Amino acid sequence: MIDEIHMKPFDWLSEYRERLDDEGRLVRDADHQGLTPARRLRLEAEDWGAAARIAAAMGLRHAGVFADPPDLAPPAQTSTLPDDEEPTITLRAVLEQQGDYLVLETQVPLALPELPSQTPWYPGLDRLERHAQDLVGVRFTDHPHPHRWTRHQAWREGRFPLRADFPLAGEDQRRTQADRDYPFEALTGDGVYQIPVGPVHAGIIEPGHFRFHAEGETVLQLEARLGYVHKGIERLAVGRDAVGLARLAGRISGDSTVAHTWAACQALERASGCEVPARALVLRGLLCERERVANHIGDIGAICNDVGMAFIHMQCARLREDWQRASQAHFGHRLLMDRIIPGGVAVDLDAAAVATLRAEHEAMRRAIAPIFAIVDELPSLADRLLTTGHLQTKDARTLGCTGYVAKASGLGFDLRRDAPYPPYDALAVEVPVQQEGDVAARVRMRMHEVRQSLNLMDELLRRLPDGPIAAELPAASAGAIGLGLVEGWRGEVLAFVRFRNDGRIARYFARDPSWFTWPALERLIHGNIVPDFPVCNKSVNASYSGQDL
Amino acid sequence: MSSSLTLLGWLLALLQALLYLALAPLLVGWVRLVKARLQGRRGPSPLQPYRDLRKLFNKDTRVAHTASPLFIIAPYLVLVATWLAAATVPLLALELPTAVIADLIVLAGLLALGRVFLALAGMDVGTAFGGFGASREMLVSALAEPAMLMAAFTLAMTAHSTNLSSVMATHLAEGLVVRPSYLFAFAALVLVAIAETGRLPVDNPATHLELTMTHEAMLLEYSGRHLALMEWAAQLKLLLYAVLIANVFVPWGIATTLTLGALLLALVAILTKLVLLGAALGLAETLFAKLRLFRVPNLLNLALLLGLLGLLSHVILEVGA
Repeated sequence: MIDEIHMKPFDWLSEYRERLDDEGRLVRDADHQGLTPARRLRLEAEDWGAAARIAAAMGLRHAGVFADPPDLAPPAQTSTLPDDEEPTITLRAVLEQQGDYLVLETQVPLALPELPSQTPWYPGLDRLERHAQDLVGVRFTDHPHPHRWTRHQAWREGRFPLRADFPLAGEDQRRTQADRDYPFEALTGDGVYQIPVGPVHAGIIEPGHFRFHAEGETVLQLEARLGYVHKGIERLAVGRDAVGLARLAGRISGDSTVAHTWAACQALERASGCEVPARALVLRGLLCERERVANHIGDIGAICNDVGMAFIHMQCARLREDWQRASQAHFGHRLLMDRIIPGGVAVDLDAAAVATLRAEHEAMRRAIAPIFAIVDELPSLADRLLTTGHLQTKDARTLGCTGYVAKASGLGFDLRRDAPYPPYDALAVEVPVQQEGDVAARVRMRMHEVRQSLNLMDELLRRLPDGPIAAELPAASAGAIGLGLVEGWRGEVLAFVRFRNDGRIARYFARDPSWFTWPALERLIHGNIVPDFPVCNKSVNASYSGQDL
Repeated sequence: MSSSLTLLGWLLALLQALLYLALAPLLVGWVRLVKARLQGRRGPSPLQPYRDLRKLFNKDTRVAHTASPLFIIAPYLVLVATWLAAATVPLLALELPTAVIADLIVLAGLLALGRVFLALAGMDVGTAFGGFGASREMLVSALAEPAMLMAAFTLAMTAHSTNLSSVMATHLAEGLVVRPSYLFAFAALVLVAIAETGRLPVDNPATHLELTMTHEAMLLEYSGRHLALMEWAAQLKLLLYAVLIANVFVPWGIATTLTLGALLLALVAILTKLVLLGAALGLAETLFAKLRLFRVPNLLNLALLLGLLGLLSHVILEVGA
C-alpha cells in the first residue's frame, strides 16, 4: 500500500500500552487494515475514561470520538452479527502524536449503552460526545454537561436518528418547535447582563446562537449554541454507494468541499484497498490548495472589513472572485465541488491549462503582495488586530485545535508535513508557527499559507505525472473500515467509513476541525470587549455546517 | 429693514431649511460614491439614498410589541430637532431673520435633544443591541459635547458672540487671516463632527455587525417610515456639521446681501465646499480602520484639548493684537 511507505515508528505507543497495562486495563491489538496509517487498540468500555486520562497525561492530541450503532437494516439481511450475539454500539476515539494516529475502540451493549466520558480530560470532546449521545443514544456517565447538543426540537428526547428504528424521513412532519429551554450556563453578578445574538445574523453567514455574559463592554463568558444547520449527514450516508457518499461529503460545508470529499474518498479507498493513480493524487493536492487560497483570501478581507477597513475587503473579494471563476474555467466548478471522486478525480488538465494556471499563480502573487503589505503594516489595522482575541497555547492544545488557529498559538501541526499523504509525501511543506495567538497572528498565518499554497501548486504542476486520473474502486469486503485524514484549509479533516455486507455504506462520520475551534473561540474571547467579537470570530471562522452535520 | 425684505428673508430662511432636507441624502450618496471608487468599486449612484428613503417610506412600518409610545414619536422628534438645529446654521445667506436664533449653544442643545430621544428609543424595546448602542452613544456624546463647546467658545471669543451669523460675518470681514485659535478650533470641530455623525474611525456606518454598532444599533428595531425618518435625521446631521465647518472656517461665498446673484453664487460656493469635504471624508474613511471602542475617548479627549488650546491661543496670541 502507498501509505505504508511513510509509516514512522510509533515511539509513544508502547509507553501508552505499558501505562494501560500498569493500571490493569485490558487492551487488545486489532487489525488496522483500512485504518492505516493509524493503529488500532480495543478496550473494555469501563476503561474508556482511564484511556483518555493516560493519553492526556502523555500529551496526546485527541482527534475526535464517534459512535457506530448496529446497522440499519440493509436490504438483504438484518444484521451483521450472528443471531445469538447481543447488538452493540461501537465507539471509536482517535489519538495523535507526532503524526502517528491511534484508534481506540470499545463496545457497549445497545440495551445499556453507558460508558465513562473522556471529556474530563479532553474538554474539546464535550460536544462530540453529546452529538453521539443525541444521535446514537450513548450515555457518558460522568460527562460534565450531559444536556443535549445537536438535538434541538426536531426529534423527541429518547429517540436517536442513527438507530435502526428511526425512519429516514423523520418521525414528526409537523413544524419544528422553537428551541426554548436550552440550559445556558448562567452567570450572575452586579451589572452582569446577557446579550443573545443570533441564530439569524445580519451578514451572509450561517446560523448559530451566541450567548454573551458581559459587564459593561467586557465579555465575561460566551457560550455558543449550534446545531441550526443539522442536515442529518450521517443518516443520509447510510446505504449510499461510494460515489454517492463522496457527493454527500462534498456538501457538509461548502467552503471545505474539497477537503471533506478528499477525506471521505481516502477513507473509502483505504477501506477497499484502492490504488489511486499518481496523476489523480497530484490533481487532488492542487484542488485542495486552491480551496485553501480562496478561503484564506476571502477571510483576510472579511477580517479587515470587521474592523472597518473596507478597502482590503473589496480587493480580497475581487481576487477571490477571479480565483473562483478560474476554478470554474479549469475544473468546472467555482467551489470545486464533486471534482474528487472515489478512485481519483473527475476532471483532467491539459498542457495549455497547466501553463495558464502557472501564469495565474504568478498573477495572484503579484496581486496579493501590495494588499498583504497593507494588512501587515497599516497602523490603524495593527491597533485593532494585535493582542485582540488571544488564544493561549495551553488552550489550543487542550482543545485539540489544528490548522491556522493552532499554528497562530504556537502549535505547529500540519498533516501535510507530519503525517504526509500523497502527493504531499514528495513535497517539503514547511510549517512555521506564530506564538502570539491573537487575531493578527491568525491573519499572518493565513497570509503565509496563501503564499505557501501558491508555491506548492507550482511544485505540484511541475510534478504532474502522466497517466489515468481515476481507478476503479474495488468492492469492499463486508464490514471493511477506513479512516481518511486530510489537511483542509481549516485544519485536520477526519473521515471514517464502514461498509455494509452489500458494499454500501453502513457508517460515515466526518469530523471537521471546527468541533475544536468553536470552543477555542469561547476561550479566546474572554476578557475582550463585545464589539471585538466579530473580528475574533472571523479570525477563527469555524464552520457551522461542518460541525452541525 | 422693510417689511418686504423681512418677508423675503423669511422665505429664504424657509427655502434654506428645505434645502437642508433636500441636500442631506445627496451628501451621503456622494461620500459613498467616493468611498466606492477609492475601494475600486463602481458604487451606486449618488442618488441612491433618495431611492432608499422612498423605499422605506413606502414600506410597512412594524413596531415591536414591547414598544412604548416613545418609540413611535422618537423618529419625528429626532428629525425635527435635527432639522431645527440645521436651520440655525447659515447655508446660503447671513442676516436672515433666523439669524437671531442661529446660536452655537442653541445648536448644541437641539442636537442633544435629538440624541436623548434617539438613545431612549434605542433602549425602549428592551433588546440588548439597542441598550448598548444607547450606552455607547452616550459615552461618545458625553465626551464630544464639551469638546464642541470649547471649539464654539474659541470662535465666540473672536466674534464676541455665540451667534453663528456674527461669527461668520466677523471672519468674512477680517479677510484671509490665519488665526491659530481657528486652526485649533477647526481640528477640534472636525473630530467632534466625525464622532457625532458616526463616521469612521469612531463608528462604521456601513457595517452589518450589530455587536460593533453605535448609531445603527439604536435603529435596529425601526422599520419603514420610522426608519426613513431616523436615517434622514442622521443624513441631516452629517450635512449640518459639514456646512458648519465649511461656512464657519471658510465663509467666503456666502451671501451677505439678499440679491439673486449673491444667492446663486452662495449656492455654488457651498456645493463646491461640500463636494470637497465629502471627498475628504470618503478618503479618510478609506484610509483608517475603525478605532477600538475604548480608544474613542482618547480621540475625543484630543478634541477637547484642541478646543482648550484654541481658547488659550486666542487669549495669549490674539487678544489685543
